[in-house]
Amino acid sequence: MTMRWDVTLAILAMGLVTYFCRAGGYAVLRAVRTPPFLDALLRNLPAPLFAAYVALALSRQDMAAALASIPCAAAHARWSNFGLSIVIGVAAMALLRWAGM
Amino acid sequence: MRITFTPAGILRGVRSGIPLLLGIAPFGVIVGVISLRHGLSLAETLLMSGVVFAGASQLLALELWTNPPDILAVAIAALVVNIRMVPIGAALSFWLDHLRGWRLWGSLFFLVDHSFALSVAANRKGERDAGYLFGLGLFTWIGWVAATAAGHLLGSVVALPPEHPLFFAATASFVAILVALWRGPRQDVPPWLLAAGSAVAVQALHLPPPLPLLVGAFAGATLAAWRETRRPGARA
Repeated sequence: MTMRWDVTLAILAMGLVTYFCRAGGYAVLRAVRTPPFLDALLRNLPAPLFAAYVALALSRQDMAAALASIPCAAAHARWSNFGLSIVIGVAAMALLRWAGM
Repeated sequence: MRITFTPAGILRGVRSGIPLLLGIAPFGVIVGVISLRHGLSLAETLLMSGVVFAGASQLLALELWTNPPDILAVAIAALVVNIRMVPIGAALSFWLDHLRGWRLWGSLFFLVDHSFALSVAANRKGERDAGYLFGLGLFTWIGWVAATAAGHLLGSVVALPPEHPLFFAATASFVAILVALWRGPRQDVPPWLLAAGSAVAVQALHLPPPLPLLVGAFAGATLAAWRETRRPGARA
C-alpha cells in the first residue's frame, strides 16, 4: 500500500479540479440570475449529452454494438428497469458475438 | 413545491443505483487494470477513484501518466474532461437550491452523469426528496471505488479481450438512460439527432476528447432551448 508524495499530489490536483467543476459551476450559476434561454439550455442538456455519448460510443464500436442497443432500448422502454435493460443489452451482444459478429 | 432530504429519499436513491452498478462495475474494473499497468499502487488507485470519481477523466489522466507524474498535465486532463459537469449542478437546482451545508456540497461531490440523469428523470416523475441524489451518488461512489480496487487486484487475471460482450455494459447503461429521458419525437428527435451528428462530425475532424462530446451536447441543448423559448408555454 505505497503512497508516493508526487503521485498523491497529482491525484489531489485532479480531485480539486474535478470538484471545482462539480461544485464551482453550481455556486457561480446560482449566484448569477440566468436568462430564460440559458435556463432552458441547462434544463435541456442531459438528453443531448447522453445522445452524444451513445453516438460516440457506437461510432467507435462495430455493428454488433448498434444492433445490441436496440433490444436494450426496447427493454427499457417496456420495463423501465436499468438492470434488466443492461443485462439484455449484454446478452444480445454475447449472442451476436456467438453468431460470429 | 416542498423539497425534503430524508433517509427514505437516500434509500430510494441507493435502490436506483443498484442496477447501474452493472454498467459502472466493468468500467471501474478496466480503470483499475489500467492503473496497475501504469504503476499506481492499490492505495493510489483507491485515492484517485475516491477523490476524482470520474471514469473518463481518470482514464485520460492515466493515458498521460508519466513517472514522476506531470501534475499540471493530469490536472488539465481532469479539467477538460470534467468541464461538462459545470452546468450539471446548475441543472439540478430544482433540488440543490433547497439544500445547505454537507447535504449540498456532499451531493455535489458525488455528482456524476448517471445520478444527474436519473435525478432529472425522477424529478419529472414527481420525486421531491433531494436525498435521492445524495443516496444515488454515494452508492455509485462506493461501487466505483470497489470496482477499481477489484480491477487493480485482479489486474493480471482479468485479461478479457476488448470485444468481450461484458464491456458493452457501459454503452448499454447510457442507452437505457437515454430511453429514460425520452419525452416524445417532436421534442426530442431534432436535438438528439443534432447532438449525435455534431459529436460524430467533430470526432471525425480528429479534435481531441472531450470536444466531440461537448460540441454535441451543447448543439443539441441549444436547439432544444431555442425551440422551447420561441414557443412560450411549451416547457417540459
